[in-house]
Amino acid sequence: MTRLPRWADLVLVPLISLALAFAISALVILSIGQNPVEALKVMVTGALGSSYGWGYTLYYATNFIFTGLAVAVAAHAGLFNIGAEGQASLGGLGVALVALALPWPHWGVALPVAMVGAALFGAMWAFIPAILQAKRGSHIVITTIMFNFLAAALLNWLLVNVLRPPGSMDPASARFPESTQLPRLTDMAAAVGIEWGKSTPANISFLIALAACVLVWLLIWRTPLGYEIRAFGRSERAALYAGIRPARIIVIAMMISGGLAGLMAINNVMGEAGRLLLNSAEGAGFIGIAVALMGRNHPVGIVLAALLFGFLYQGGAELALWTSIPRELIVVIQALVILFTGALDNMVRMPLGRLFGAR
Amino acid sequence: MDYATILQILDSAVRLMTPLLLACLAGLYSERAGVFDIGLEGKMLMAAFSAAATAAVTGSVWLGLVAGVLSAVAMSLIHGLAAITFRGNQLISGVAINFLASGLTMLLGQSWFGLGGRTPSLEGAARFSPVTLPGTEALSGIPVLGPFYAEVVSGHTALVYVAALLVPGTWWLLYRTRFGLRLRAVGENPASVDTAGVSVPRLRWAAVAICGVLTGLAGAYLATGLSAGFVKEMTAGRGYIALAALIFANWRPWRALGATFLFGLMEAVANRYPELDLGFVTIPSMVMSALPYLLTVIILAGFIGRATPPRAGGEPYVKER
Repeated sequence: MTRLPRWADLVLVPLISLALAFAISALVILSIGQNPVEALKVMVTGALGSSYGWGYTLYYATNFIFTGLAVAVAAHAGLFNIGAEGQASLGGLGVALVALALPWPHWGVALPVAMVGAALFGAMWAFIPAILQAKRGSHIVITTIMFNFLAAALLNWLLVNVLRPPGSMDPASARFPESTQLPRLTDMAAAVGIEWGKSTPANISFLIALAACVLVWLLIWRTPLGYEIRAFGRSERAALYAGIRPARIIVIAMMISGGLAGLMAINNVMGEAGRLLLNSAEGAGFIGIAVALMGRNHPVGIVLAALLFGFLYQGGAELALWTSIPRELIVVIQALVILFTGALDNMVRMPLGRLFGAR
Repeated sequence: MDYATILQILDSAVRLMTPLLLACLAGLYSERAGVFDIGLEGKMLMAAFSAAATAAVTGSVWLGLVAGVLSAVAMSLIHGLAAITFRGNQLISGVAINFLASGLTMLLGQSWFGLGGRTPSLEGAARFSPVTLPGTEALSGIPVLGPFYAEVVSGHTALVYVAALLVPGTWWLLYRTRFGLRLRAVGENPASVDTAGVSVPRLRWAAVAICGVLTGLAGAYLATGLSAGFVKEMTAGRGYIALAALIFANWRPWRALGATFLFGLMEAVANRYPELDLGFVTIPSMVMSALPYLLTVIILAGFIGRATPPRAGGEPYVKER
């Protein structure tokens, strides 16, 4: 097969995949008797037409940047981490334990400790599948799927039996102290005299997510460890020959991946809910798969793809509010994006290869 | 616990086993041919929805069954296209199929019936009715065996017996026919099959199609046999439990029967005793519901038995040039 030029590989292939996903989604909307153009208008106005919409879009995008990075780091090591959902839930547990442990004087003190808690719990949840893959050869895809279910069962039990404050009927933890409330982007904008995104949950975690992108870029492309991860991901045998220890790389890459997924919790648990709820990750771990595939496992691509999915999420909510199209349309679009960018990649690539080869 | 209670639990275990067994055998055909399928869940869900929706509209459970099977086969074709024709990543394709089914069933369900993702309740001819096996009357006088036969063996819906018959059927097909030999070979060493002049893609397509039909039966049973209609996300991880059972069964049909019965029994016990009291310790319901997943991890880790998957599983076959 002809090798595609770099720009086609990085820009054209994802865009064509996206166009295909949208075209099929439009057909689905038509088939339930709705107007796809109207739907798109509602989504764009709702998600991008006001600073309120942007506030939500950025909030969702923050979640997806973390989980997208998580899936991408594992993918560089040739590992498919479907467990970001469970790792993000465990990260929520880490955040909750930290936030409820002490009467924190200021969010600035609580946040770094909460980040450590979130990353540690997420990494621990990825550690077991990783060590089983490294030492016992258990397929990481199956074990991480199983660990998603185990995480759900564990959190369900903890929230009902341990973390639920006495007298409360909700399966949720107690409220975190006021002082752990992270500054929202709207407050930060107000501080410099701009009115932006009133009553939206976007918070300082968005900036931390962007910083995480830079750190992941540095790690993967500018450190010896990153080189080892990529070498191992390309060819296990070659990496072994070069003196790279497979077990070490599998465990380290998966723990970084799990830690990044866990870090998502500072956004949704600490920044938004202010307490640990049941099913706190709400599928963001799975969206990370679509984001990483679409963003070609590169931080810049991941930010763009996360923004796209943030837009879809917020737009989908608006869609359910103003039209009779259910918000589950987003799940369909997400599935189609995964299908075209991940599984049917060659279907898009083969004709393009012929096109470029013919010249 | 008296005999009647044990019989009730076993009866419920057989019902709960059936969708798992059908899905597990579906996965067995696909994975034995070298096509990994983590999309069992999605295909079952899609089939459950199509079967329930069609049965609700037409009032015929058989039309529902046909619709369920067709929709699952359609999902299988997507998987085949990705895994066989375009040599894509089979795991990613499976993930995509699960989300596609999850999204489509909720989207279509809500806009067609407006019941929050449910389909209207099915009754009468729109559901599978129990079949009373011959001899129930004759055996009813015998003390222990009579009630066992009437309660556990007889009185299920047709698909339960179809699933049970598929176990020896699959064994015979895989180990006693030429097709079965080739199917197993294509999952272990596709190059050798190719060298023998047999088409690798055609065999894999056949396996993927069989997988679609069986997941279709599993989904249809779920919505029109086990329950009376479709509820959103009603498969509730059963596709993954079937996958776990497949690993537990080491990709063999008779063991699949044993593994799915074990998982069915665990679900039946968990349903009946949410907090299982063993006298010295009370097992919380969370442990009971998590047990299949925990067992799978332990099996995969090789602490009980050893899982040996088909060697060429998950790899697209590229013909040598």
